[in-house]
Amino acid sequence: MPKEWKGIMTFTEQRFGQIEEVSLELLGGARTLAEKTGGDVSTFLIGHNIKNLAKELIAYGADKVFVADHPSLTYYQSDACTKIFTNLIHEQKPDIVLIGATSIGMDLAPRVAAKLQTGLSAHVVKLEIGPDGILRQIVPGFGGNVMAVVTCPEKRPQMATVRPGILKKIAKDESRQGEIIELDVKISEEELKAKTLEMKIEPPPELPIEKAEIVIAGGWGICDKECFNMLKELAKLLGGAVGGTRPVLDEDLIKEDQMIGQSGKIIAPKVYIGFGISGEMHHVVGILDSDTIIAINIDSKAPIFDFVDYGVIGDAKEILPRLIKKLKEKLERKQC
Amino acid sequence: MTEELQIIVCIKQVPDPHYLSKITIDPVTKTIRREGIPAVMNPLDRNALEEALRIKEQLGGRVVAISMGPPQAERVCRDALAMGVDEAILLSDRVLAGSDTLATAYALSMAIKKLGSFDIVFCGNETVDGSTAQVPPQLAEFLKVPHITRVRKILSINRNELIVERTIEYGYMKLRVKLPAVIAVTKEINEPRLPTVSAILKCYRKEIKKWTVSDIGVNPRQVGLEGSPTRVIDVFSPEVKRKRKIFEGTTDEAVEWIIEKLHEAGII
Ligand SMILES: Cc1cc2nc3c(=O)[nH]c(=O)nc-3n(C[C@H](O)[C@H](O)[C@H](O)COP(=O)(O)OP(=O)(O)OC[C@H]3O[C@@H](n4cnc5c(N)ncnc54)[C@H](O)[C@@H]3O)c2cc1C
Repeated sequence: MPKEWKGIMTFTEQRFGQIEEVSLELLGGARTLAEKTGGDVSTFLIGHNIKNLAKELIAYGADKVFVADHPSLTYYQSDACTKIFTNLIHEQKPDIVLIGATSIGMDLAPRVAAKLQTGLSAHVVKLEIGPDGILRQIVPGFGGNVMAVVTCPEKRPQMATVRPGILKKIAKDESRQGEIIELDVKISEEELKAKTLEMKIEPPPELPIEKAEIVIAGGWGICDKECFNMLKELAKLLGGAVGGTRPVLDEDLIKEDQMIGQSGKIIAPKVYIGFGISGEMHHVVGILDSDTIIAINIDSKAPIFDFVDYGVIGDAKEILPRLIKKLKEKLERKQC
Repeated sequence: MTEELQIIVCIKQVPDPHYLSKITIDPVTKTIRREGIPAVMNPLDRNALEEALRIKEQLGGRVVAISMGPPQAERVCRDALAMGVDEAILLSDRVLAGSDTLATAYALSMAIKKLGSFDIVFCGNETVDGSTAQVPPQLAEFLKVPHITRVRKILSINRNELIVERTIEYGYMKLRVKLPAVIAVTKEINEPRLPTVSAILKCYRKEIKKWTVSDIGVNPRQVGLEGSPTRVIDVFSPEVKRKRKIFEGTTDEAVEWIIEKLHEAGII
């Protein structure tokens, strides 16, 4: 009898021997789903000299870790990775396959899904198991103005790429037991038609915005150097990071990695404060998971006010320097 | 391989991104209301066209644009002709409606196969409507050629290979790809040209080829809703559960209020 599609498999992404945060989140999310679906949570780990990471994946919720280790796999190689992952899925028959919606995950997942001739949804923001036992994938469309519930009723596996920061990783438990399975990997150079020659990291000079508890964001309304220096000062005072909208990126006031929204970062800080930001959906989809949203805008009709907890109608250019001054006074007093 | 470099560009008509916030859902019929929203070429597809045209200018060759969409998508084919492509093809057929990314990639691959051999297929990395970024790699799979997504720069090109940079989080990767290949580009790659007035006038004299699925040998059961493994079972507008407290006063009052709220949020 053919093997039945069962359990959940995730893709573990590592770069330079470091597991990407989203991969641990996928394991956490998979554990929650597995309570309903039953079956194992397994994960696929690929790279070179990375076997040592398998234990960590078990500690974060994997029951089985399939390891593909090969000198040709030091960097992500789409052709080889697609082939090994597809074969593994064919053999293991997981019912659900989850992949992080990163630059690498989004390169790999569609190709694997096409090879398997199955469905894939992109940038999923929520996953749940329906009463029929089928995975429901909530996907934003039209710049986040529309949410769609997508299923893959017949083909298997059910595949999704999941936005970083959406699922929660479980507490690390070193005592968890799991199985580590080393795959027999053969790769010929010929197979690497699109070959990654090198991978360079340009580390962000400051705290990355998706890791910051407080994000101070600026938009077109305060789009000048002086204001952005003030944003930086404010971020420093509060221990946060600076982000912004597309127009301020276009003006080079922030870096690509600081842009928030549909084509930028999705953030979930404790507090987001937006200065001179209109609140276009493209931007807003990136901040919806913030605990508290504060915005300052001169226009009482700005759409951002529909999304705030606290909105101030006023001139950000006046408020910013006063806010910094007052905060400095307060924080100094605290220190005495 | 043919003598001339053959470059294909996949383009799509999408709702004008400036109007996306005007798109709503009819809560009863669950249909997407897009009345009054202009349709334009997907912005990144212009970058894809631009890159194709630049390569043609440098190395010679032919550039063909293909769009799959409703009859109105003829508009984006015209735009591509105005930008300077040699030929534009509109793949339009009722049975294609409702195709997901897999079915779309299959249909596009059949159209491309019909054209004969090719060296590069350029795509915008994603569209502004679905923004899945899934079609380019899936198209490459149907064509059995390699793909590279998020290409921000072509470092070198010859008849056999490309060397490119693709962006990743906090950095980039450098890749070498053997042609033929599918290349999905980002906005950084170039600044798309604006068509000249004479090119716009001339583009109306050129013919846009129109193909249906039977012209390209597509199996109708592999496209449209039936041929799509994914189903959209519900659509809704994201709900906002926020306090929505709005303050208006003097600058100093506003500053005090913000500080109070930061304190309540446990920040200071
Ligand atoms: C495909 C696509 C993807 C996109 N992706 C993103 C994305 O990921 N992230 C993103 O941010 N954008 C994105 N955009 C752009 C997005 O649509 C908006 O254009 C952008 O978010 C608007 O930025 P903004 O709020 O800074 O500027 P504007 O919309 O110009 O708003 C400026 C605001 O500042 C206010 N203002 C002016 N002066 C003052 C003052 N002195 N004090 C206080 N307020 C003031 C104004 O009232 C106005 O509301 C995308 C666009 C497209 C087409």
